[in-house]
Amino acid sequence: MKVTGQTWKYENKPVILGASSIVGPEEGEGPLAQDFDYIYDNIEINEKTWEKGERRLLEDAAQTALENAGISEEQLQFYIGGDLMNQIISSSFAARKMGVPYIGVFGACSTSMESLAIASLMVDTGAAQYAMAGTASHNCTAEKQFRYPTEYGSQKPPYAQYTITGAGCSVVGTQGTGPEITYATIGKVTDFGIKDPFNMGAAMAPAAASTISAHFKDTGRSPGYYDLIVTGDLASVGLPIAKELLNKEGVPMEDTNFMDCGLMIYDRDKQKYVLAGGSGCGCSAVVTYGHILKRMRSGDLKKVLVVATGALLSPLSYQQGESIPCIAHAVALEMGG
Amino acid sequence: MSDSKQKPDSKLNSMSQEEYKSIAKKHEPPGSVMKNCLKAFLVGGLICLIGQGIQKFVMSVFDMSTKEASNPTVAVLILISVILTSFGVYDKIAQWAGAGTAVPVTGFANSMCSAALEHRAEGLVLGVGASMFKLAGSVIVFGTVAAFFVGVIYAIFGIEGGH
Repeated sequence: MKVTGQTWKYENKPVILGASSIVGPEEGEGPLAQDFDYIYDNIEINEKTWEKGERRLLEDAAQTALENAGISEEQLQFYIGGDLMNQIISSSFAARKMGVPYIGVFGACSTSMESLAIASLMVDTGAAQYAMAGTASHNCTAEKQFRYPTEYGSQKPPYAQYTITGAGCSVVGTQGTGPEITYATIGKVTDFGIKDPFNMGAAMAPAAASTISAHFKDTGRSPGYYDLIVTGDLASVGLPIAKELLNKEGVPMEDTNFMDCGLMIYDRDKQKYVLAGGSGCGCSAVVTYGHILKRMRSGDLKKVLVVATGALLSPLSYQQGESIPCIAHAVALEMGG
Repeated sequence: MSDSKQKPDSKLNSMSQEEYKSIAKKHEPPGSVMKNCLKAFLVGGLICLIGQGIQKFVMSVFDMSTKEASNPTVAVLILISVILTSFGVYDKIAQWAGAGTAVPVTGFANSMCSAALEHRAEGLVLGVGASMFKLAGSVIVFGTVAAFFVGVIYAIFGIEGGH
């Protein structure tokens, strides 16, 4: 492992042996439905409470990732995960069931790539042979904790986003077949004074731009190197802002395909209720572990940079008038050979 | 491990909050205040019209005066709102109607019912009981405070109560 600036270079090239994506019914109506491992047909995820539903998604995703990676529960050495709930209960409770050594992390919606970067670091440095990264989100747990009761009739602005219901896990190993993890750029917390908790895209866009530009500075690469660069959940408002910021920075994003997981997961013309697009921990996780990895394995994509974005606010912080600090972590995935 | 020093500040690092907010503002989809007002007016008016219909119905069927009929009318509106909330419909109407569904008594009922449903998982006492007024509580508190001041004004100016 080599450090340059804020970027880790994984010299032993850890491999994603297998990954999983489990989603709820609304994501199953989106354009990526055929890429997910399992689609629940009810938003309750067959459980009595929203929180149990979210946990079940993560437990299912962990189980499926192990199956897809072809390793047993006993072989898995560490699980690194987090979620949006207070005290990251979904992740910790899922870890209780898994019974493997666990490191809980929190990076809001950037948790997917934060956990993957740490799992890869562990595998790369020899701290583990197999490590799993995972995260989950549920629309109703997020609404309940961060906003209003799910059935409360409040009008959301058109720039609001829709927390996705889904969980994604990936198993990282020292060797095997699958996309290699070559770099991770750990983001800095940025805050440009956005206070509206509905305006997540605008709050998070500078964090994405900062991490992307740092990634290119640290690695010496340019956007053209990648077939696809995806942000986690900037959606229809944040993505154009990030484009403009990167343009001002002189990063030629027009050389690559620059997309956002929050825009890919739903069909915004048909699924009007998602407003500006998807968000949540699960958003970048299920799009990356479901859709993008499948496209990489099929040879459709060779080099992808996933930049998961997170808004590090709490219901208390915005009620007390604080602005929204944000972060983004980038992980480079490349098909070997 | 090697570490390379940061290059001079990028434009992003030196950008001011105001500068950023003006960029962000450009990309925000325009909200149409006029359209929202019109929708709120129509839906709010429709709810009142339904209420009026219920009142007239109660007055003619149960032979009540306007004043006597007002309580059962409100109760029926609340019941309708609670049923729509429980079936997961009220919030969908509200996304379209905005203040039109929030201001009438049906909005108040929705705020209590939705909180009660949501926190049922935490039990009857700590969940439903403690959280039911999470949203409606401030309406009651400030409604009472406002009523107090109006009462004081009435007392000072010696205006007789309307009742």
